[in-house]
Amino acid sequence: MPNKATIFLQYYAGLIYIFLYFPIALVVLFSFNSGNYSAEIQGFSLRWYGETWRDPFVLEALGNSIFIAVTSATLSTVIGTLAALALQNVHGWLRNLYDGLIYIAIIIPGIVIGIATLIFFVQFFGWLNPMLQAQFGPSAPRLNLGLPTIIAAHTLFTMSIVIVIVRARIAGMDRSLIEASNDLYATPMNTFWQVTLPQLFPAIIAGFLLALTFSFDDFIVAFFVAGPNTTLPIYVFSSIRRGVTPKINAIATVTLIVSLAFLFTVQYLLTRSSERGPGNSGTVSSDNQASRV
Amino acid sequence: MSLPTFLLLAPATLWYLLLLVAPLVIVAVFSFGARAPEGGYAPAFTFEQYSNLPTRITPFINTLKLASLGTFFGVLIAYPLAYFLATRATARLKSILVALIIVPFWTSFLIRTYAWVTIMSSRGIPAILIRLGLVNELVLLNTPFAIVLGIVYNYLPLMTFPIYVSLERLDKRLLEASKDLGANQLGTFLQITLPLSASGLVTGSMLVFILLMGEYLIPALLGGGKIFFVGNALVDLFLQSRNWPFGSAVAMALNFIMLIIVSLYLWLTARLSGEQRQAVSLL
Repeated sequence: MPNKATIFLQYYAGLIYIFLYFPIALVVLFSFNSGNYSAEIQGFSLRWYGETWRDPFVLEALGNSIFIAVTSATLSTVIGTLAALALQNVHGWLRNLYDGLIYIAIIIPGIVIGIATLIFFVQFFGWLNPMLQAQFGPSAPRLNLGLPTIIAAHTLFTMSIVIVIVRARIAGMDRSLIEASNDLYATPMNTFWQVTLPQLFPAIIAGFLLALTFSFDDFIVAFFVAGPNTTLPIYVFSSIRRGVTPKINAIATVTLIVSLAFLFTVQYLLTRSSERGPGNSGTVSSDNQASRV
Repeated sequence: MSLPTFLLLAPATLWYLLLLVAPLVIVAVFSFGARAPEGGYAPAFTFEQYSNLPTRITPFINTLKLASLGTFFGVLIAYPLAYFLATRATARLKSILVALIIVPFWTSFLIRTYAWVTIMSSRGIPAILIRLGLVNELVLLNTPFAIVLGIVYNYLPLMTFPIYVSLERLDKRLLEASKDLGANQLGTFLQITLPLSASGLVTGSMLVFILLMGEYLIPALLGGGKIFFVGNALVDLFLQSRNWPFGSAVAMALNFIMLIIVSLYLWLTARLSGEQRQAVSLL
């Protein structure tokens, strides 16, 4: 028989879950609205999905966002995994220095990263462009803010996430398998490809998908370093400022579904790998936690 | 460091140096510079930008005030939820319920904030309440209330999770001991549960507060651009008026405030863990 406090807490938790999900559910609901006004349901239709899909500005922004997300997630997965492997052999003050950089990159507000990278790239290009001109003449390429600068800035944050996740998996890895492989005269390279990498694989994929989600959803960093380009969040932000259109609901719904699909895959990969292996790689939540504390 | 380790670390090191360390150093240098006539930066060494900081004091005050309010209400709302998850939820439900708290955090921040724009706009909740005859007139959007609500909503997962973790780790035998020694539920809560979950409370609050220092989207969308946070001032200074040296000084002031918060956090957690060890050893 639950006591009064328990019953109260149950109702309270129920209300909080409604509070958390009601706004999101409303956006999804209104994306199927056939009417023009985004606050009154007039009937079910896929009209806004159709209009969104035919909007060349949306398609351009979507294309940019996908390109940025895939490139920066790939870069950060490779760089982050290599760094996580190497950091096993780094100790003392140097290790503390890297830990500090990793956590600063994760916890620093996006706006500071945005500003700092904006200034950096503008200064750097301002110094490099005249040199390129002098070297290759007027036909030399002029470097400017654009998709590559967004990718570089996103990679700073996402590779740090990958390092934290992969490192957690390395810590939980079964070392006896590596020793066994060495005892059986496998070369270090063979051990890496046949023993270490398969064990790390779920964490690497999880890191890749989280990087993809982050990059795809980021607004503030891209806002600073995008130059003349738009990404999907920048497009959504400026449409909201111009006045809410039902198209935003359709874009938001698709974005939510994609993020959720990635998130569930990550969760599945991380829990499955921790169930199979004797170590515990942790779930998304605890890794996220570890990375932010 | 061996050669292979060095090579494996090289790309990450390059990234941290070029995109974290160097940019932050440049911001520091710029903050002592002068503004070029066409906007941007002109080399100089002056404290002029810092002495001009008081002209932009309002965004700092807004940020600190509303971030404190948001963090305070966030704690009030998150704590009972975390307490429920850690102590009352059945094991089978627990993992699902905890995951449901985390999920919104990994969906687009922009979209979660946007959702409230529609809800609080004149066609949303105000219209419903006016039609029901509960109020004659109500403006929600573009008010400090909307900003605080946006803060509580968006950061609730981040606030709840550390509190939940600290409550989950709490040694349940201590609760039984307290009960056996004749303490009632409230006494047990105040003397055992709350002090031992203080580390989670501090972690959650500090995380939220630090991220709020750089908040831009919530005041921009829910405050209608009327209530400026430091983040909005920075966007204005860097992207609109292109006053980079002054913007850099504002950014440095922001970094300084965050440094104070982090130091406070480290000091508090060190103290708390010491006290907790003491409390447990006393028992």
